[in-house]
This record gives sequence, structure tokens and C-alpha cells, in this order.
Amino acid sequence: MASVSLKNVSKTFGTYEVIRSIDLEIEDGEFVVFVGPSGCGKSTLLRLIAGLVPVSGGDVFIGGDQVTDVPASKRGLAFVFQSYALYPHMNVARNISFALETARLGKDEIRRRVARVADMLKIGHLLERRPRQLSGGQRQRVAIGRALVGQPEVFLFDEPLSNLDADLRMEMRFEIAKLHADVKTTMIYVTHDQTEAMTLADRIVILNHGQIEQVGRPRELYDRPENRFVAGFLGSPRMNFAALEATGPAVPVLRGPGGFAYAAEYVAAEGRPAEIGLRPEALKLVGADTKGAIRGTFERMEDLGYEYVCYVRLTDTLVWTVRSTGSPPQIAPGDPAGLSWQPENLYLFGEDGRRIDHRASVPLALGASS
Amino acid sequence: MSAARRMERQQRRTAWIFLLPLLLTLVAVAIWPLARSIFFSFTDAYLDAPTDYGFVGLENFVEVAEDPVFWGAVRNTLVFTLVSVGLETLLGLAIALLLHRAFLGRGIVRAAILIPWAMPMVVSARIWEWMLNDQFGLINKLLVALGLVGKGIAWTADPSLILGTVIFIDVWVTTPFMVLLILAGLQLIPEEIYEAADVSGVPHWKRFWSITLPLATPAIGVAILFRTLDALRMFDLSYVLAANNENTMTMSIYARDQLISFQDLGLGAAASTWVFMIIGLIAIVIVGLLRLDRATG
Amino acid sequence: MTVSVATTRRYSNATYRTLRRVKTAGLYAGVAAVLVYMLFPYYWAIVSSTKTGQALYQFTLLPALDFSNYRQLFDNPVFMGALVNSGVVALVSTAISLVIGILAAYALGRLHFPPGRIVLIAVLMISVFPQVVVLSGMFEVIGWLGLYNRPSALIVSYLILTLPFTTWILTSFIRDLPNELEEAALIDGCSRLRILTHVLLPLMGPAIASTGLLSFILAWNEFLFALTFILTDENRTVPVAIGLLTGSSRYEYPFGQIMAASVTVTLPLLVLVLIFQRKIVAGLTSGAVKG
Repeated sequence: MASVSLKNVSKTFGTYEVIRSIDLEIEDGEFVVFVGPSGCGKSTLLRLIAGLVPVSGGDVFIGGDQVTDVPASKRGLAFVFQSYALYPHMNVARNISFALETARLGKDEIRRRVARVADMLKIGHLLERRPRQLSGGQRQRVAIGRALVGQPEVFLFDEPLSNLDADLRMEMRFEIAKLHADVKTTMIYVTHDQTEAMTLADRIVILNHGQIEQVGRPRELYDRPENRFVAGFLGSPRMNFAALEATGPAVPVLRGPGGFAYAAEYVAAEGRPAEIGLRPEALKLVGADTKGAIRGTFERMEDLGYEYVCYVRLTDTLVWTVRSTGSPPQIAPGDPAGLSWQPENLYLFGEDGRRIDHRASVPLALGASS
Repeated sequence: MSAARRMERQQRRTAWIFLLPLLLTLVAVAIWPLARSIFFSFTDAYLDAPTDYGFVGLENFVEVAEDPVFWGAVRNTLVFTLVSVGLETLLGLAIALLLHRAFLGRGIVRAAILIPWAMPMVVSARIWEWMLNDQFGLINKLLVALGLVGKGIAWTADPSLILGTVIFIDVWVTTPFMVLLILAGLQLIPEEIYEAADVSGVPHWKRFWSITLPLATPAIGVAILFRTLDALRMFDLSYVLAANNENTMTMSIYARDQLISFQDLGLGAAASTWVFMIIGLIAIVIVGLLRLDRATG
Repeated sequence: MTVSVATTRRYSNATYRTLRRVKTAGLYAGVAAVLVYMLFPYYWAIVSSTKTGQALYQFTLLPALDFSNYRQLFDNPVFMGALVNSGVVALVSTAISLVIGILAAYALGRLHFPPGRIVLIAVLMISVFPQVVVLSGMFEVIGWLGLYNRPSALIVSYLILTLPFTTWILTSFIRDLPNELEEAALIDGCSRLRILTHVLLPLMGPAIASTGLLSFILAWNEFLFALTFILTDENRTVPVAIGLLTGSSRYEYPFGQIMAASVTVTLPLLVLVLIFQRKIVAGLTSGAVKG
């Protein structure tokens, strides 16, 4: 078990900066998930930690030791690849034991370790098979077994579930969580799937354009995103945004589309709010003439059974979503609709995208404000 | 910074070690002999005593350039290359289009047509020499039986026919190679494109001109480049069929004749250096044309 | 009511069915014509090789099954010696090229090595330049090594043909193997050599088979060096032996025997090509189409 720490790590391919001076501390035994849109550099960052790709600048520490120049095999870590990267010409047992053979462990020790891993992952009956004779889930288990057998101090996962279908993905997600609970080894996990990130992580690292947007516990990121990117990245359907009308600094009332009006008490030093955000589940579909509600036109509803999502058009270019459970409302496309909201669920973002704290006060009644 | 550098330096060192046998061998069997050949072309050395030489400047180059036999060989080679590569490309394209379609036993047919290409050129020359024999050859017997000619044609002896015969045999031998490369190019074209064309009723000739041909052009271009360079150095076919008959003598035969038959190391080296320069020039032109094609298309 | 463009010019279904049948028939006729063009000469060589005396000059399409040409050929120590020489030379030069080529291909295809591009271009240039250009220099090298008029002279000189070829093709094969496999092996603590021998090599079986086969064909068929560096009959390779087979005059050409010899040298290649046809196609095209 070991901590991992990155100090000012950067990586450029040619002139293209994939990772821009990242600092990160990962504690011993922690499960950290790197998440971000494709091309954000999350896979590269994982390979930098693994030592598969050399850093262009900065330092990598594992267990407090400087490992920046240490080759991948000597860093005491294991890597589970997206394509599993099982050796197609070796059977399962040999795939698992190959690293141990390379390390010249004794035959008995190898057999013992393979047996233990096989037992743990319930792949004992597959040991003689070749990778191509296995199903996707079985391959995944073998890949994890191969990682496990070396008794690594850090586990690295590179989108390990992205090649599985939905059911299997859920099952393996559960097993990986259980694995972490059992072995308590430091794990770093890369994914583009926010569900995996939210469910597996002790802490999530959100990456964008090679930089860390925010690090924190899943709930913390969801409830208190530091900026608009994080706020929009987590949550499905994503947070509804709307630009505020430009008002002078002296005017305390914020105005937005659909008659949105709010007298915010925020710290002026943090800048002037330029945009509002409201999560779909923080909105409630109400009558169009409800006091304080944002007005729009109902467009479409998607009923999923356990929940429903409504699309409400606020302006020509802006459609908001509302997510709710219970029985869906009786409303036809084209009907006027109102969206009610609570001030404690409102997010304000400044010009630079940073979230601005505000104290909850009462939304202004539409009649009163106009 | 140092981590990346150290890892790259280590990889580079490994790469050098892995490449060392290749580089040493290539220097020994290609680069050094090439350099020595060019070196000898400035000397008056003879093959039986290669250590005994004097420098003669460009004299050998001038002598080769003034030899009408050399220019005859250059002309033969160019005519041979142009006509046979041209015919091979057309025939190869036609056969490739045919074999690209789905039919029973396609795999076996594609393998079978490789036979002419896989056999030694000497054997092909011998088989066709027999089939084209003026008295007993199958072709002439057939022509006489059909009443097309009065008596057998001396395909491999008549000075006016022999270059044509060489081209004919070469087309037979190397068309399979063309077919293979063009087929590979055709297989890169996604089937959906044709399905889309089918649905919208694009006629077959238009499909060929505006879909197949443009998309297969890179493959055809590469195939033509390889075949042209190969045809320009042709030696065995002409040599077996007609030895040093001036009507079919290629540049390679001329250069080897100077070197081996006349034992004139200096002159032979100068001739082969001429060959090298001519082929190099043609290669540069073709590669340039392909690049241009890729840049504009 | 509007009629769609497609239906305005539509024939009856039966017409289309006939049309399709005609097309299919045309396709098979075309394939048959191609097969006759490509295969008949070799078939005719087989037919002729089983005929002797007057029968050779008769126009009969079936083999006469008279194997005296072959018996004479196999009793001829020079031809049999040439067959052995060809086999040894082609095998050894192919083996050397494969070993050197695999090592080089790994460096060129996988390792971070900027000068690799130049090496690859040089390799490609060497594989297309005319062999006659190096003839005089090669003569000297062979002389220095004391190999003149020995089959081993051919092994050395054939490397100029086979080595660039194997290096080029194997490099493109190695590039196509998934990179994650190599990363997995690096994590497992393998050295580069161990990655090559234990992870990549077992996966390259088909690539090595096809490359080796093509290299073997190149060496087996070579004529110019074999003609130049070998002086005496007992050291010759088969192509040269066949090339130099002549009768006492133009009209006494031993055609029957030449055909028997031709059939014999081609047979091993034929068998190999038919067995490995898919791999050969892959090998030939991977170098050319992608390169």
C-alpha cells in the first residue's frame, strides 16, 4: 500500500500540451477516480503515474519515494487496460503468472499465488483457457487477476469497464468496489462514465484540457462544484444554465430568461454573477402563472417509468430539463408551463465560470419585480 | 525533464542495439559495394586485377555515353518498362475488378493466379519459349491450324518481334502482382459506398469512374511505382530469351556485359552508375507525381 | 398522382432476373478466361514434360505419362546438386534475414527512435535499386571473403534482396500489434528483448511465415548474382542451370527435359503458395498499401 503524489507534473507531445503542471496527493488506500471528457488527458495522466509514458516535467512519488525515473515494472503497481491486453497466445494461468515468472519466483510460490487469485476472482475453472475462449466479463476478471497477483501497492485502471455491456458493467463495478474493500490497496481509476466515478470513488479528480478542475468527495463535487465545468459535468441530465441579463453593479436584482428574477446576497468581491445554474431535479413543473416560477413552453416528455424528464423551452435557443419521480403531469406540447425552484438550489457563476457563493433569500415574486 | 530524456535515451540505446545487425549487414552488402562501384567507375581497373588501377576521371562515363549500344539498351529498357507496366496496369485493374466480385471459389482463384508470379522468371521464359517455338510451339500450331498464318512465326528470333515477345511474357508474369495490390486497394473501399450508389441508381460505368477509380488510385499508384522500378532493372527475362541480342538488351545486361564478359571493371562500373542515375531520376519523377497527386486529390 | 423517378423506367421483374443471370454467367466466363490465361502455360509445361520423341511435337492436351524426362533429370547429378544448392542458399539467407529483420523491425516499429525514419527510407531504397549497380563492388566483397564460386557467396549477396524486404514488411506488422500488450509486459517487468521473444514473437507467427515465404521465393528465383558469382556447374542454383540448358543446336533443344526441370523447380513454390495464399497476400499488401 502506498500513497501517490504528483508534483507539478506535465506532459507535452510535440508542441501539444496534454497535461499542464498537475499537483495531486493521493492517500494510502484511497480509491481515486480520474474523470473528464475524452481528450482531457486522464489516460495520459494514468500512464505518467505508471511510468509507461515519461513525464516532460515535474515529479512522481509513490509511497513517498521519488519514482520519476523508475521504470514501470519497478514502481510496484499494476495496470488493468481498457482492451485488457491479455497475451492471446498464453492461457489464463500463464497470463496471470507471466510477471511472476519474469520476476523469477519459485514454481510453488507462483502456483500458490495464482490459485489464491483465481479463487478470489472465481476464475479457477478457466485457468487452462485462452483469452479468445473467454467472455468479456471473464477476460476482465483475468485482467484484474493478472494485476492482483503481483501484490501491487497501487492499482491503476484504464477505463476497464468500457468494453462491457450495461448489465455486466454494473456487476463488475460492484466487484471492483468489493475488491477495494477487501485488499484496501490504493486504486486509481480512469473513466469517462460519471456513474462509475460517483459510485466507486473516495475522491474524484475532474480533468479538463489537461488540468484539474476540482478534487473532492463525490457528494462534495455534486453539491458544491467550484466552477461551471464541474457543475455541468456531473449530473444527468446535466445542470440547466442560463445567462443573466447584464445589469449594473448597483442593481441587486438578477434577471434571466423566462422572467427569472432574484435578489441575491453575494460577496461582491467574488465578481458579478453572469450565469445561473439549476439542476433538473431542483425544478418542479407548475402552472405557468405560479408566483416566482420561470415561464416557458412545454415541449416534450420522456417517461422512464421510475422517473420522467420534461423539456421546457425558455427562449428560442434555450431548453431546460426537469427531472421528477411520481406520476407525470397531464400537459400537452405547446402548453405554457412554469418552473418553480428554491433559492438554496440555485448556483451562480461569474464571468470566469467560478461559482459565487450567495446567501439564500426569497425569490422575487414576478409581479412585484416588474 | 530528465525522466523523459532518460527513458528516451534508454530506448534509443536499445533501438541502436537492435538495429546494429541490420545496419552492419546493409553496409556490407549494399552501401559499401555501391560506393566501391561508383569508385571503380573513375578508374581503368580490370576484373582480373582490380587492385591495379589508375584514375581516369570521367573517361569511362564518356565512353559509355558515346556507345550507341548503351543507348539502344536504354531505349529497349524504357520501351519495355513503359509498355509492359502500362499493359500490366490495365490488365491488372480489369482482373482485379473481376476477382473483387463475389463468386464461388474466389479464394482458390486468387491463389491460383499467383502461380505465374511465384515461379522463377527463367522458368517462365523457358515455358513461353517452348510455347512460342516457330516450328513446334503450341501457339504457332494453333495459328497455322486456324489458317491465320502460312507458317510459324519466329517470335523469339525475329529481331522485330523479340522485344514484343519479352513484353508479352513479362505481362503474363507480373500481372498477378498488380492484381493483388489493386485488389487490396479495392478491399479498402467500404461496401456501404457501393450500396448507397446502388440505392440511388448510379450506373455501373459511373460507379467505376467516380467511386472505384479515385479511391483505388493510391493503391494503383504505389503498384505502378514498384513495378516500374522493378521493370527498369530487368535482367533475367531478356538474358535467358536472347542473351545479349541488341534488340532486347536492357541496361542491366549492358552493364553486366561490360563488367563480366569484357572484364572491364571501370567501364562496367561507369555503365552501372549511369543505370543508377537514370533509374534514380525516374524514381524521383514518379514519387514527385504521386505526391502531387496526393496533394491535389 | 406523381410517379417516382425509379419506377418510371422500370422493366418487368423477369427481365431483371434474366439480366442478373447473364451477368453471373459473364462473371464466371471472365474468371475462367483469367484462369486459362494464368494457368495454361504451366499446365502445358507439365503435359510436355511427360512426352518424349515425336509425341512432344504432337498437339495433345492430355499428359502422356511418360516419365523418362524426370528419370533422366533426377539421374543428372548437376541438376540435383543445383536443387540442393538452391534450397540451402534460399533457406539460409531467409533465416538470417528473418532474425536480423525481426530485431530491426522491433526497433523501427515500436521504440522511440527518431533516426528510424531515415533507416526505413534507406531500406526501401535499397530494395528497389538495380542489383547490377552493386555488382562490381559485390564482386570485390565476395573476393575478399574468399567465397567466389561458392554457394555461400550467394547467401551473402542475397541479403541485399531479402533483408530490406523482411525488415520493411515485419516493421509494418509489428506496428499493427496492440500497444497495450507491450505496456502490460513492461508492467510485468519484461526487458525489451523478453517482450520481443515472449510476447510479440508468438503473435507474429503468421507474419513471419508469410515474410519468410516471400523471402524464400525471392532467393530461390534469383538469377543475376547466381549467374555472376558461380562459375562451375556443380555450384550453380536451379534457375541458372535451367537458363543455361541448351542442346547442340537450336533444333535439338531438349524441350522435354527443360519442361521437366521447370515443373520441378516450380513445384515447391506452388505448394507453398497454395498453402499459404492468405498469408502471402497479407504480407505483400501490408508492405505496399500502407507504406
